Amino acid sequence: MSAREEILGRVRSALASADRTESPVPRDYRTAVPPGDIVALFAERLVDYRAELTRCTPDSVPAALAAALGPASAVLVPDGFPWQVPGAVADTGQTPVELDRLDAVVTLAALAIATTGTIVLDHGPGQGRRAVSLVPDLHVCVLRTDQIVPGVPQAVAALSPDRPQTWISGPSATSDIELDRVEGVHGPRTLHVLLVSP
Amino acid sequence: MSGTFVGMPAFPAAAREALSDAQLRRNLAHATSTIRAKRAAVVGEVDEWEELRLAGAAIKDNVLHHLDEHLLRLERSLTERGATVHWARDAAEACEIVASIARQHDADEVVKVKSMATQEIGLNEALAAHGITAWETDLAELIVQLGDDLPSHILVPAIHRNRAEIREIFRERMAAAGRPAPENLSDVPRELAAAARLHLREKFLRAKVAVSGANFAIAETGTLVVVESEGNGRMCLTLPEVLVSVVGIEKILPAWSDLDVFLQLLPRSSTGERMNPYTSMWSGGTEGQEAHVVLLDNGRTRALADEVGRQALRCIRCSACLNVCPVYERTGGHAYGSVYPGPIGAILNPLLRGVGVDEQTDSLPYASSLCGACFEVCPVRIDIPEVLVHLRSQVVDAHRAGPPKGEAVAMKSAAWVLSGARRLSWAERGMGVAGRVLNRLGRKVMPGGRRALGRLPWPGSLWSNARDVPAPPAESFRARWRREGRR
Repeated sequence: MSAREEILGRVRSALASADRTESPVPRDYRTAVPPGDIVALFAERLVDYRAELTRCTPDSVPAALAAALGPASAVLVPDGFPWQVPGAVADTGQTPVELDRLDAVVTLAALAIATTGTIVLDHGPGQGRRAVSLVPDLHVCVLRTDQIVPGVPQAVAALSPDRPQTWISGPSATSDIELDRVEGVHGPRTLHVLLVSP
Repeated sequence: MSGTFVGMPAFPAAAREALSDAQLRRNLAHATSTIRAKRAAVVGEVDEWEELRLAGAAIKDNVLHHLDEHLLRLERSLTERGATVHWARDAAEACEIVASIARQHDADEVVKVKSMATQEIGLNEALAAHGITAWETDLAELIVQLGDDLPSHILVPAIHRNRAEIREIFRERMAAAGRPAPENLSDVPRELAAAARLHLREKFLRAKVAVSGANFAIAETGTLVVVESEGNGRMCLTLPEVLVSVVGIEKILPAWSDLDVFLQLLPRSSTGERMNPYTSMWSGGTEGQEAHVVLLDNGRTRALADEVGRQALRCIRCSACLNVCPVYERTGGHAYGSVYPGPIGAILNPLLRGVGVDEQTDSLPYASSLCGACFEVCPVRIDIPEVLVHLRSQVVDAHRAGPPKGEAVAMKSAAWVLSGARRLSWAERGMGVAGRVLNRLGRKVMPGGRRALGRLPWPGSLWSNARDVPAPPAESFRARWRREGRR
């Protein structure tokens, strides 16, 4: 018998005498929303996890990008990213080793979550493939305030599993040494979000 | 400490050894109290926490009760999205599958995302036997691997080590595994983390094959989810050409939309954060990567067959129960002799392996004071005390054959005395006489004024070594009632 048939057989015999009635799943949590202004909440929670935040308007994005990128001279800019960036390098399918030589990456995001200070990339236009927002040490993400949803349930509802996703909450971090939180391990050591209000 | 749990002594012996290690107890007390406080703070922020726990338990129960259908659905969605699905009855079969995939790609090394399932099956050792080196890339796993040590916590496997010990491990061992630790490495956590970044980066950039687990596998869409903090997970999941994910068959969630429960429950229960820094989700082969998924049984169907114990398969490996457990906090994880320590380990190991097979496993359901703190914090409401008591009865039943032990004889005699009014009254009278004498001899006074006996002779010493034994009362309730109660 194949492993597949054997495991399925074991599952069926384990459940032979089980009560298999469906347990009702309470879903009221989906209507719970945080009180107050979700943009302010997102900003507070993002900074709480040591990400950097710059509030700007559509007109001031180029200047804010230049300021956030600072001395970075090789900046990966994914297809579909709508602003000009000094030192821009297009994504030509660089190898991991080549990505490691870049200073920074700029991306858009699919949405952001207020209660957790999370930005979500679904790697659509302007967001690049998964590795480009991982290997360079500085990640600058441009987000519009109308992309912020209140909580995790609203985010899951708005996203599609047909696309790969990366949920990012602050810079890479570890608490593996004495439960002391240290920011900056393997992912970008700096996450800088430019939050654009209309 | 050698790098294997095989042949570990039963819990009481292992715990005694751990308790005599003052450094270990200090490290554990500091770490568990820190994470308990963080968890309590972020759970307190969520008004609907209890409802989320109920939803989490119900979703998992619904999966378990129809696991065969969900497994077939998951297999179909994964295959449709370009992943290759493998089935593994046990640890050896799973390891063999991973090794053969690595060999097909001529890989003599793999990078690994922290994964409980691959630890459970002893994948690193099995790959080593095939001449393939498995590099652990989670910081704590790296500390454990370099130190030739064993994990002692589900979330923070090196929780038993402090910064000075970690610095020594890095200085002495990193060079043999690749890039050496920097000169003048201090014991500041930031510097230690930076040393791990440098050491591991060359491995990430050159690796062709990665091995991961999965926190969740969505049957409806074939989506696998890995939550992590450091970015080592993202490195392994996105850079190599080939990704093999070893997934326990209980990791399934029915639908994509169910993630909204678990992505709230898991980070807050686990690291005490509102959200972990990185979560990766992908469905099948992504961005040209070759994706393999190994569906692992290895005792899970045995646990599923246990009507009371089945609920342990709801576990999402958050480790909240470890951090609140008074037993774990004092003994640490190694005493449990398994990659699954703490309260969940005390039930999961016997459920996966079966009782009555080895003494070590049979000792685990007793590694608890049944205080219930684990149940209160469990995000999927596993009633661990209920399962512990249930497994204790299984252990007793498994040892009924052969000559009865002292405890069984004592219990049988007590049952005989307690089941007859006359016998009980004679026993009470005897106790009264003993009580009058011992109350005079007892030197210690317990809170409340009652006298306590000192150290008892063997076998009573087994009990009195660590406890004050109160002197028996001079008069039983029934005798006192006869004397004055009817007035």
